[in-house]
Amino acid sequence: MQAHDVFDPGGDPHGLPHRDAVGGYGDAEPGDPDGPEAGPLVRPYVIAQGRDHADTVKLDMISVVIAAKRAEVDEMALEPEQLRILELCRRPLSVAELSAHLDIPVAVVKVLLSDLLNRGLALARAPYTAKSPVSRDVLQAVLDGIQRL
Amino acid sequence: MASSDSDLSRDTVPSALKILVAGGFGAGKTTLVGSVSEIAPLSTEEVMTEASYGVDDLSGVESKTTTTVALDFGRITISPSLVLYLFGTPGQERFWFMWEELSEGALGAIVIADTRRLETCFAAVDFFERRGVPFVVAVNCFDGAHEYEAEEVRAALTLDPAIPVILCDARVRSSAKQVLLTLVTRVAERMAA
Repeated sequence: MQAHDVFDPGGDPHGLPHRDAVGGYGDAEPGDPDGPEAGPLVRPYVIAQGRDHADTVKLDMISVVIAAKRAEVDEMALEPEQLRILELCRRPLSVAELSAHLDIPVAVVKVLLSDLLNRGLALARAPYTAKSPVSRDVLQAVLDGIQRL
Repeated sequence: MASSDSDLSRDTVPSALKILVAGGFGAGKTTLVGSVSEIAPLSTEEVMTEASYGVDDLSGVESKTTTTVALDFGRITISPSLVLYLFGTPGQERFWFMWEELSEGALGAIVIADTRRLETCFAAVDFFERRGVPFVVAVNCFDGAHEYEAEEVRAALTLDPAIPVILCDARVRSSAKQVLLTLVTRVAERMAA
């Protein structure tokens, strides 16, 4: 976290460093998103029984999940973490919140959840995305909601 | 979704929106999130394996490193059918791969500028500009110090004149609220344009 702690006053008369108008800050960063190094790696998950993305329902960090009310839960067929998820999801919670409450990485929560969704034990609602952008009404609701804070 | 449940209408599950709060380490991201969130900011952690490029504080370490990336976030319930999440995003540019996922579908972003280390927000400004994510720049005035005017920061960041730059105190709810309102208004303007 110390990478940016070094402050170079530079030659700017106002004392503020200037950003290059076009392109990245600095040159040839190894982290260039278009570079060949792209892509995080996914590690295997023990509690997810070794499964990864392959059979995972498409879930976002802010997909909101709720446990199905009347579903019959076969506790023996589920992981303890999945039972906790169902407990927490009596009220709607996002994947990120589940991850925080359970102290389990988001990617693992997604795998555990997609199993619950496939079994019909929980329901998830996809968030707004670039493909389903917000309407003017939703924006107004957000403005009103923030005003009320 | 893949699951259906007859006794549960879709209306009982709210839709979520997110706003990103980006900026350098210590710029006040989590503070701003905490000022407006209805819950104490939560933290999710992702353990990532990534190539170490030898350009940061880990230089000299072998080529693969495991990094724990913490994301702090808060929540604002807008209505029974709408929840807004605010995500503080890791400032360092080497976490850009997280910004990719985070910025997907984001309503917009707040870039917190710390004038003591302004260059720590350059990467975030570049990223949101490139992705066309609507954003505002909030200059966090620590201890009420107004060292620079908004226009000086705008000039240093070579921002499009349409992008709002506002001074704020991330610790104060009314100030953080104003930043959020400025962003959502900016999103609405862009939509109308």
